[in-house]
Amino acid sequence: MSDITNKRGMGFPRVNGSAVVMGLYLLFLLLPIYWLLNMSLKTNTEILSGFSLWPQDLTLQNYVTILTDASWYTGYLNSMAYVVMNVVISLAVALPAAYAFSRFTFLGDKHLFFWLLTNRMAPPAVFALPFFQLYSSVGLFDTHIAVALAHGLFNVPLAVWILEGFMRGVPKEIDETAYIDGYSFPRFFIRIFTPLVASGIGVTAFFLFMFSWVELLLSRTLTSVDAKPIAATMTRTVGAAGIDWGVLAAAGVLTIVPGALVIYFVRNYIAKGFALGRV
Amino acid sequence: MNKTVNQKAWFLILPVLVLVAFSAVIPLMTVVNYSVQDTFGNNQFFWAGLDWFRDLMSSERMWDALGRQIAFSAIILVIQIPLGVFVALNMPKKGFWASFCLILMSLPLLIPWNVVGTIWQIFGRVDIGLLGYTLDSFGIDYNYTQNFYAAWITVIVMDVWHWTSLVALLAYAGLQSIPDAYYQAAKIDQASRWKVFRFIELPKIMGVLMIAILLRFMDSFMIYTEPFVVTGGGPGNSTTFLSIDLVKMALGQFDLGPAAAFSIMYYLVILVISYVFYTVMTNLDKRDGH
Repeated sequence: MSDITNKRGMGFPRVNGSAVVMGLYLLFLLLPIYWLLNMSLKTNTEILSGFSLWPQDLTLQNYVTILTDASWYTGYLNSMAYVVMNVVISLAVALPAAYAFSRFTFLGDKHLFFWLLTNRMAPPAVFALPFFQLYSSVGLFDTHIAVALAHGLFNVPLAVWILEGFMRGVPKEIDETAYIDGYSFPRFFIRIFTPLVASGIGVTAFFLFMFSWVELLLSRTLTSVDAKPIAATMTRTVGAAGIDWGVLAAAGVLTIVPGALVIYFVRNYIAKGFALGRV
Repeated sequence: MNKTVNQKAWFLILPVLVLVAFSAVIPLMTVVNYSVQDTFGNNQFFWAGLDWFRDLMSSERMWDALGRQIAFSAIILVIQIPLGVFVALNMPKKGFWASFCLILMSLPLLIPWNVVGTIWQIFGRVDIGLLGYTLDSFGIDYNYTQNFYAAWITVIVMDVWHWTSLVALLAYAGLQSIPDAYYQAAKIDQASRWKVFRFIELPKIMGVLMIAILLRFMDSFMIYTEPFVVTGGGPGNSTTFLSIDLVKMALGQFDLGPAAAFSIMYYLVILVISYVFYTVMTNLDKRDGH
């Protein structure tokens, strides 16, 4: 592999060209993020009084404000709570379903699969109002579980879709051998099959985390105080005295951190998972 | 893989069905219910038949929003798909720099959408943002809250910034799965770089690229949070896309009937276009013999 890519590199004098392209692209990606970080380390007076490429008067006050004020940091905890619930619920229901789709044909399977996918295509804006009414009527309004279930609307179909791709890659002979060895279905599924698609489950969990973590419209509509996500809390920075840019930027930087950690841990699976699976 | 017929597989699907029925079918029926009724508040509803749909079809506001939405989705697809493939072709194949690029490129994907909006809101401001300040100091009249073109360009560049990496990562994964033998054969044939791309790489990543197009189309067609944070749909109505308009109608003005009719039309448009993509995709899959 390495040997052939090297040769290719020599054949086409584009190695440096590639580095330049990637350098420019990464610069384009990172510049706005750097700017947010820059803002978060300035005082509001400095932000509004002049323009500078880096903080002249470095301060961590904006972060201190967020991490010591309960109305701020509970936003992070709320977001974390419903994201984790959503990942667990989505995986739990999607695993058997994906197995069924990857192994069996049954009445209406293709239609069912597409119908599931259509829910991934449903605009959250369409569902905002009915969700609000539905969860209010069953007394789940402003709870973490309500947001977790609502995000299941697009995450469950996505999980089925990705996992089915991975499971198709596992040879069927494994199932048959296990049954001959006297495994019952639940035992086979948990002890043998699930470990085989572990990297697929990892990639799926990554995407579930991602789409639940970044969503705002539904999580904002379904919560008011007790389960309010950080994204909604951020709209608070608009006060009577204008926008508190420093705190807003610091809150933004802190929402990037969990995602960055997740990427760091799954970095090796992602490319592999992409190649094997569907997404 | 040849699958066996097994009707009991339905039991494995059951949990998904129950969950999705609760979170999709019930709300959708509520929407359908509202779309054929009228109310004067106080929870009394009257049969309105297809009036709301008739109103919708002659509503200039809806057609304008739909036009803007289609323009937006078309523009970002035209930019993001080629750019994503181009970036993927230039990514390091393995080693430290490959992970380095992967991590940094994934970063925008995991930022909450309102924060993406916030980032560009700050970045584009003439007084405190790097982009706005730089453009302003070159004497370019750039103000995304007042200028039509500035607003559109900001929203589009923001989306390119936000999502091109997804296309690039998918294309990269597709490229990684091409066996070396293909490249060796091309080298023996002394194929040009363009021919290698056109006849080896492109066909091989076609499947994964269709997924990228489908995902990007769906998500851009539902875009709400980012432009809402940056431009709030303005100046005027110039960046009011379908979702922004719908939320305004449903949660702002509480016009249940029109909003419900709007929702159904909106959902149907996405469904029809996605169905076309999906059919093309599964046909490609079959042709490749998966």
